Amino acid sequence: MVATVLPLTLEEVTLHRNGRCILGPVSLEIPGGGITVVMGPNGSGKTSLLRAMHGLERINAGQVRWSGETERVRASQAFVFQSPILMRRTVVDCIAYPLRLSGMGRGAARTLAAQKGAEVGLADSLNQPAHVLSGGERQKMALARALIRDPQVLFLDEPCANLDGRATLDIETILTEARNAGTTLIMSTHDIGQARRLADRVVFLHDGKLVEEARGASFFAAPKSAEAAAYLRGDLLT
Amino acid sequence: MNDIAQGLWQALILVVSLDADLVEITVLSLRVSLTATLIASAIGLPLGAWLAVNRFPLRRGVIATLNALMGLPPVVVGLIVYVLFSRSGPFGVLGLLFTPTAMIIAQVIIITPIIASITHQTIRELWSEYRDLLISLHTTRRQRIAALLWDGRRALMTASLAGFGRAIGEVGAIMIVGGNIDHATRVLTTAIALETGKGAFDMALGLGFVLIALAIAVNLALHMVSNTERGARW
Repeated sequence: MVATVLPLTLEEVTLHRNGRCILGPVSLEIPGGGITVVMGPNGSGKTSLLRAMHGLERINAGQVRWSGETERVRASQAFVFQSPILMRRTVVDCIAYPLRLSGMGRGAARTLAAQKGAEVGLADSLNQPAHVLSGGERQKMALARALIRDPQVLFLDEPCANLDGRATLDIETILTEARNAGTTLIMSTHDIGQARRLADRVVFLHDGKLVEEARGASFFAAPKSAEAAAYLRGDLLT
Repeated sequence: MNDIAQGLWQALILVVSLDADLVEITVLSLRVSLTATLIASAIGLPLGAWLAVNRFPLRRGVIATLNALMGLPPVVVGLIVYVLFSRSGPFGVLGLLFTPTAMIIAQVIIITPIIASITHQTIRELWSEYRDLLISLHTTRRQRIAALLWDGRRALMTASLAGFGRAIGEVGAIMIVGGNIDHATRVLTTAIALETGKGAFDMALGLGFVLIALAIAVNLALHMVSNTERGARW
C-alpha cells in the first residue's frame, strides 16, 4: 500500500505576473479521491492555480503543502496540458518516456507503453510519429503518458478544449476509469456540461480569487455565490 | 571558361586513374576534418544544449561571444596554435607541430563555436516546446539535455555538417600548423593553394572539384544514413 501524498493544502497562495496579482490569495484543501473541477471564466486563474499546485509556477506568497517527502510527492503527480506536448518520437516512445526516466529498460518500457496506449485506444498508432495524430489522439497519448507511472494525483488543464464530442467522450471515459482506479484528478474546464458530468467537487474562481468551493451536486443545484450562479446561467462575467 | 573545363577534365583524370597522391591527400583531408568534426560535436552539442536550458549570470554575454566566435579568423587560430605548439611554446614538448594532430586541434577550435551556436539555437526552440513537460516530469538537468539532443538529432546533424563544411574547406590555419608537407600534412585545400601558387590552375581546379564532390558526398551519405528526409515531419 503506497502512502498517500494527499490532502493537498494551499495556504494563502498568491501569484504575480508582471507586477499584477493573477491569483490569490487562495486557501483550500483537496482531499484524496474523486475529481475536483476548477471552474471559472477565462482569465480567472484556473491554469495558474493548477500550475502552482503542481510546482510549474513559482508562487510569490503562501504555501503549497503535500503529505510526504518531496521526492515521493513529485513522483506521485502528473500533468496533462491543454495543448499536448508532443515529443519528436513515435507514440509508443512518447508514452514510454516517463518510465525510461525512472530507469526502466527500453524493451520493458515500450511493452508497458504499448499496453497503456492500447488501453486508451491508440493500438493502431503506436509506431507512428506522435505529430501525425489527430487532436483527440494527441490528448489520449498525453493521458497515457501521464498515467503510465500510476500517479496518485493527475492534473489536467482543459483536457478537452477544441475536441469534438466523440473525442471528449473518449477522454472523459479514460478520466472516469482513472478515478475509479483510485487516482485523484484535479482538472480545469470552462465546459459546464463536462463539469456536471465529472465533478465530485468544484472550485470556482473569478478574477484570481476563490469564490466558491463545494461538492459537485450541491454546486450545480444551488451555487452560493452570485458569480457562480451567473456563470452557470450563462451570464457574461466581467 | 577554358580553365574550368580543363579543371573538370583534370579532376576526372585524377579520379578515374585513382591517382596515388590524390588518394593520399583526400584520405588525410577526410581523416583530419571528420576527426575534428567528431571532437567539436562532442564538445559543441552538449555545450549548446546546456546554454539553452540553463540560466546563469552573463549568459547573454556568453552566447553573444559564442556567436561572434563563429567568425573566428582561421589564420589567427592557426597562429595561436602554432605559438602554443612551437618548440618554445607551452606545449612544444609534445612535438605536435606540423602533424595532422595539430591540424585537427586548429580545426576543432575553429568549428566548435559554429556547432555550439547552431545547437544553442535549435535546442532553445525545442526547449520552449518541451519545457513544461520536462519540468513536470521532474527531469534532471542531464536528462533534459539528453532528451533535447536526442529529439533534435536531425536538426543537430545540420550543425555538425556546417562544422564539417567549414573544416574540410579550411586552409589558413592548417597551412600554418600543418606546413603542407608532402606525404605528411598535405590536404586538398593546401594542395590547391600550392598548385595555384605554381600557376598550375588546371590541377588546382581539378583538386577543387574533387573537394566539392567530397563535401557533397559526405553530406549525402549522412543524410541517407540518418533518414533525414523520410523523417521530415519531425
